Amino acid sequence: MSSFLEFEKPIAEIEGKIHELRHLSDDNSVNILDEVSKLQSRVDRMLKQTYAKLDPWQKAQVARHSLRPHFKHYVSKLIDDFTPLSGDRHYGEDKAIIGGLGRFHGNSVMVLGHEKGADTEDRLTHNFGMPHPEGYRKAIRLFRLAEQFSIPVITLIDTSGAHPGIEAEERGQAEAIARSIETCLDLKVPIVSLVIGEGGSGGAIAIAVANSILMMEHSIYSVISPEGCASILWRSAEYAKDAAISLRLTAQDLIKMGLIDKIVSEPIGGAHRNPDKAVDDAGHFLFEALKSLQGQNGDQLRTNRREKFIAMGQIGLS
Amino acid sequence: MSWLDRFSRTKVSGLFRKSDIPEDLWEKCTNCEQMIFHRDLTLNMRVCTHCGFHMHLPPKERFSSLFDDAEFSSMDLPKAPLDPLKFKDRKRYTDRLKEARSSEHKHTDALEVAHGKIGGQEVVVAAFDFSFLGGSMGVAVGNGLINAGKLARELKSPLVVIPSSGGARMQEGALSLMQMARTTVAVDDFKADGLPYIVIFSNPTTGGVTASFAMLGDIAIAEPGAVIGFAGQRVIEETIRQKLPDGFQRSEYLLDHGMVDMVIHRKDLREMLSRIVGILMHNNQDNIKPAGNPTVVGST
Repeated sequence: MSSFLEFEKPIAEIEGKIHELRHLSDDNSVNILDEVSKLQSRVDRMLKQTYAKLDPWQKAQVARHSLRPHFKHYVSKLIDDFTPLSGDRHYGEDKAIIGGLGRFHGNSVMVLGHEKGADTEDRLTHNFGMPHPEGYRKAIRLFRLAEQFSIPVITLIDTSGAHPGIEAEERGQAEAIARSIETCLDLKVPIVSLVIGEGGSGGAIAIAVANSILMMEHSIYSVISPEGCASILWRSAEYAKDAAISLRLTAQDLIKMGLIDKIVSEPIGGAHRNPDKAVDDAGHFLFEALKSLQGQNGDQLRTNRREKFIAMGQIGLS
Repeated sequence: MSWLDRFSRTKVSGLFRKSDIPEDLWEKCTNCEQMIFHRDLTLNMRVCTHCGFHMHLPPKERFSSLFDDAEFSSMDLPKAPLDPLKFKDRKRYTDRLKEARSSEHKHTDALEVAHGKIGGQEVVVAAFDFSFLGGSMGVAVGNGLINAGKLARELKSPLVVIPSSGGARMQEGALSLMQMARTTVAVDDFKADGLPYIVIFSNPTTGGVTASFAMLGDIAIAEPGAVIGFAGQRVIEETIRQKLPDGFQRSEYLLDHGMVDMVIHRKDLREMLSRIVGILMHNNQDNIKPAGNPTVVGST
């Protein structure tokens, strides 16, 4: 593990020691192996303890971890014959939202979601997962295409928010998001959404108005970033931790408020420590969620989705 | 019992009576910072007498300015759960709410709904109160818009929404984010009845409010000089590290970029609304009051 978060320091130190021990001695003497395995079980224990009680600000950092599995990881592992479709047919192709056709457990699906990118170059290509209006207009096009061919939709949510920029505003960022929400609400095929990392504000909900909404255990979903909230209400981004706590942006709080349906447990130490397992587990619950919607016809799916959202907001937290 | 009987039907009229207006108060224009006689400002519908900037018009005054003979019935809005997150920043959300609900505001949140006649046509108008926590949209505002939509469907009347809002209400966290979907259902269910939904953008309309019901109007009208957009200007400047162009995110800029149908001066809004709803509702010209001749400040 090359990239540690601030609160993982004690764990990082021990892992460093393990690394040293392994390199210091060429001979695999029993003593050293014994020491390594002791340290390793200590690391596992600490990871389990630490990750069982992450505070909301720590969760935000885990949700944004650069090694966390992103959209492309999920698709390559879960979707067969993935066939990306490009462009909004109005202005351009926005790689901050990727989408396309494919097969999931043998059945046809439309999959789309935010992609943040894996390394510097990739992040630039995908604009750090921050879509322009074209991204949302492409999403709308794919939603309608799915409906036209009676194909269920899976959306994967991972964005700090829609891109704040001059061109994005000029080309109607707000209108594009509003129409995307409107389209999600109107669709007569099943929609299942999974927040895989960061569910950042309007840029996230634009493609997350679903029949079934899932969140990864350490993902976040919020009306505003903790930093943004802190700089407005506390007048300084330094209070991001306080804002994260006040915003109740964790999956555990959202399920209590009835805003999401299911939390997908992550491997010990977070999805970034075992991306393949995290993605497999997510795949299992996505499949279950789609299966549970099978009995409903198009009108029921549409009506139930609308009623689900209208009913939200009646349950507070204690 | 009709669904409508649940609303209070108190008639309010003549809010612009001269005797109510204090003679000796001055107010500063939020745009040019010139001092204006309170009385002049009120008589001018809170449009600056120096620079023409359209300052925030509180809902009650807005209703008076739009409905025929300044007569309308206010709708009681349902109560929303108080402080669902137990939110606290430097202040408690409950305290901010209490403060906002004190003396100035008789209403309970940032949205007020009324119905009455505009050019003889029954219309439901929902207006945001920017002075109530920045007109921010939480569960109460969402409920208000849902009810406004239901009322307009019941009355088979056009629905006019006048946003003036910084966006979603942070103190209600993800619950306020969900209002983007709830309000979209509200206006789309209404539109499905074949009735016109008109949005009048007033200063400012940003964030989750713009990116949901506000951008879904059949007709989009903007008051001159209003800031309308998704991202805040400071956030954009910090992201792109360059100065924003003149007039960026203002009504006229949005008109140029095809985002609104027209920019209309406040004094002409009533006439323009009356004309548009008259045409869309197929009202026979003989049956309605003459609509006057609205000046279009900007249109393509």
